[in-house]
Amino acid sequence: MVAIVRKAWRQLTSMRTALVLLFLLAVAAVPGSLLPQRGVAIEKVNDYLKNNPGAGPWLDRFYFFDVYSSPWFAAIYLLLFTSLVGCILPRLRTQAEALFRPLPDAPARPERLPVSRTFDGTAEDFAARLKKARYRVAIRDGAVSAEKGYLRETGNLLFHSALIVLLVGVALGSWYGWHGNRLIVAGPDGEFCNTLQQYDEYGLGARVGASDLPEFCVRLDSFKASYLDSGQPLSFTANVGYLDGAKEGTHRLKVNEPLRLNGANVYLLANGYAPILEYTDKFGRKLTTTVPFLNSDPMLTSSGVAVFPDANLDPATGKREYGQQIGFQGVYLPTKPADPSVGRSAFPTEKDPALMLVAYRGDLGLDNGIPSSVYSLKQSQIDSGRLKPVGEPHMLVPGGEPWKLDDGTTVRFLGTKSWVAVSVRHDPGEPIMLTGAVLLLAGLLPSLAIRRRRVFYRDGQVGALAKNEYPGLGAELDQLLRDKDASEVRV
Amino acid sequence: MSGLSDSLLPVAILVYTLAMLGYAVEYAFSSSRGAPSRQLVTVGAGGPPSRTTEAEPRNRAALGGKIALVLTWLGAAAHLGTIVTRGIAAERMPLGNMYEFVVFGCFVAIASWLGIVTRRPNLRHLGLYATLVVVLLLGIAATTLFTPVGPLVPALDSYWLAIHVTAASISSGVFLIGFVPAVLFLIRNKYERLTAGVPEREVYLKFPVSLGAKLPRSEVLERLTFRIHVFAFPIWTFAGISGAIWAEAAWGRYWGWDPKEVWLFISWVVYAGYLHARATPSVRRTTAIWIAIIGWVTMLVNLFGINFMVEGLHSYAGL
Repeated sequence: MVAIVRKAWRQLTSMRTALVLLFLLAVAAVPGSLLPQRGVAIEKVNDYLKNNPGAGPWLDRFYFFDVYSSPWFAAIYLLLFTSLVGCILPRLRTQAEALFRPLPDAPARPERLPVSRTFDGTAEDFAARLKKARYRVAIRDGAVSAEKGYLRETGNLLFHSALIVLLVGVALGSWYGWHGNRLIVAGPDGEFCNTLQQYDEYGLGARVGASDLPEFCVRLDSFKASYLDSGQPLSFTANVGYLDGAKEGTHRLKVNEPLRLNGANVYLLANGYAPILEYTDKFGRKLTTTVPFLNSDPMLTSSGVAVFPDANLDPATGKREYGQQIGFQGVYLPTKPADPSVGRSAFPTEKDPALMLVAYRGDLGLDNGIPSSVYSLKQSQIDSGRLKPVGEPHMLVPGGEPWKLDDGTTVRFLGTKSWVAVSVRHDPGEPIMLTGAVLLLAGLLPSLAIRRRRVFYRDGQVGALAKNEYPGLGAELDQLLRDKDASEVRV
Repeated sequence: MSGLSDSLLPVAILVYTLAMLGYAVEYAFSSSRGAPSRQLVTVGAGGPPSRTTEAEPRNRAALGGKIALVLTWLGAAAHLGTIVTRGIAAERMPLGNMYEFVVFGCFVAIASWLGIVTRRPNLRHLGLYATLVVVLLLGIAATTLFTPVGPLVPALDSYWLAIHVTAASISSGVFLIGFVPAVLFLIRNKYERLTAGVPEREVYLKFPVSLGAKLPRSEVLERLTFRIHVFAFPIWTFAGISGAIWAEAAWGRYWGWDPKEVWLFISWVVYAGYLHARATPSVRRTTAIWIAIIGWVTMLVNLFGINFMVEGLHSYAGL
């Protein structure tokens, strides 16, 4: 039994196994770049499943939409890391021993080594030269043994240990990290405070609870974007105000300049327009709403809905006739195209804005408790006839004439506010990852560039050999022998 | 300035192509380098052995090679001019889209090649293959990838562009040059196996193994491949690390399995596999070289496959 375990362990930690596992790791990573991934874009996964009812569920069963958190991917890298640990532990010991073990005696005839020269000087003289060249040197019985280049193996071990540090950093991030996405409309009413309920979408690490989120609030004061004439964006700047604990401040939030708060960072992801609509109901009451519209193209053609569930309530009784709720489905064009039939914005800034509205009256279907999208009306209500279109679609301009519906009620388009979508993130693994990455590179360079070599001297004969491939050994030896000043230095 | 940049690139391609011709002349008229003794026998057996007829084409060949080397330097100067004038025209690092990335990467490839030849002049005739791959890639850049000069999109507007993209481009260029001796090793290795102990006239060699006659010994090519990859690998590692630091600032996470990141990881793992295989005595050198070639294939997939076919956060190709 022990023999079998021992054999399996030796097999696992062998270089061949490690190579196979490395190759498997590379192959296993491929499907994640070709198929949509839940961790990257969940909506694309849902689209894929909808469009491929045959293969989709099967792929899903084998974690092909969660490749990097799948058991088979984890199996490969965990085996690889086990193999890695099994490989470096004995090497750590060997290296520690090598640093303290006395150097071997010089061979009887150093000139037989792969590289050899002659030196007409004493052993002490030669040893001094070696010491100046930072060799580890020992003189015994008039012969010199010297060795250099331990940093190669040290660097190699550091590189591989750094990989383990990276794994720890990833694990810590997935346990204690969290993130959330949120759309913030400009102005004090749009202020967002860091609680789970306020997020449109979020993900918490395995060891994070809702109460662990730090307290802060963020508000969008203004947003500015600039574009080329072609519509290619040049810059996005969101001026935000924040309250972080007791500290208040403002920040220019840009794509590469996140807002770093205590315990979380805020990143700018997207931006758009939120039209402001004012509806005057049968009883003359004015209801106003600001609704963010989502954009569907780089010219910011945006669409969304404005609903007035409290419209047409009788102020005297507080009741409403059934079917008197009102909602609008709209498309907002920041710049109207020259050809009105195009229906898409011609430029992303508000050069010639227009809002196309379709009015619906009836039962919005909001009271049955089923959650629904805030960016579209309930299709089931429209299909069943409980929500009916009113009149023809209508185009409004900001601050322009109101649209009078058939029942005498009116709707006005007052203008727009900007919105930004932000991602709020916290990952305590980051400092560890950075440390690991620095150690990785610090170990990699000497492990590739340095060669371990030994030099021996006996009776005027000098011989050298390198443990690793080292075509420059002869040249190094020549340099060592040529250097006249070195002999004057006695250490 | 942008007009100058756009017209300098065809000049560079043309000069490289002429250099390629020069190398081809050297290649065709030179005696075989790898196995000089065998070649002498062949010449002696093929016609009347006369000193003059043998020496003359050899001189002509060397002249062709020397001219080709000068042309490569001139081409590199025009190439550098393309990059610099484009940077001046755009008022930024000329690494903002796929066209600029490929042009810069090819320049790194040629520069590394010139560096290698300066240190080891006896490899000069391999410039044929080095210029061939660069001319091919630059041709693709000039015809299908070309994007007019423009400012950066906001996501790229960061000093990390100069660090991350430069590192990625430099290591890509060096890996490209490493791919050349890797392939030549396979040809030469096959050639050596087929001709070992057999008089050359008795072996019928098909293309491309027949090219092996004029290649350096397989050990030389193998060692060259290894040293180039050893140089490129840490730069590629640094490209990944700097990319992760930038991604943290731009997208809020250091790693997110974006398709480009996935393929950086795949190439890194494959090249790490090559370095490990090379260091393991029980793994044959041919196997190790094949891993290096697969590494270059993954680099190409990342550059063309991912940019053209998959949408991700790194979709800056400008196509």
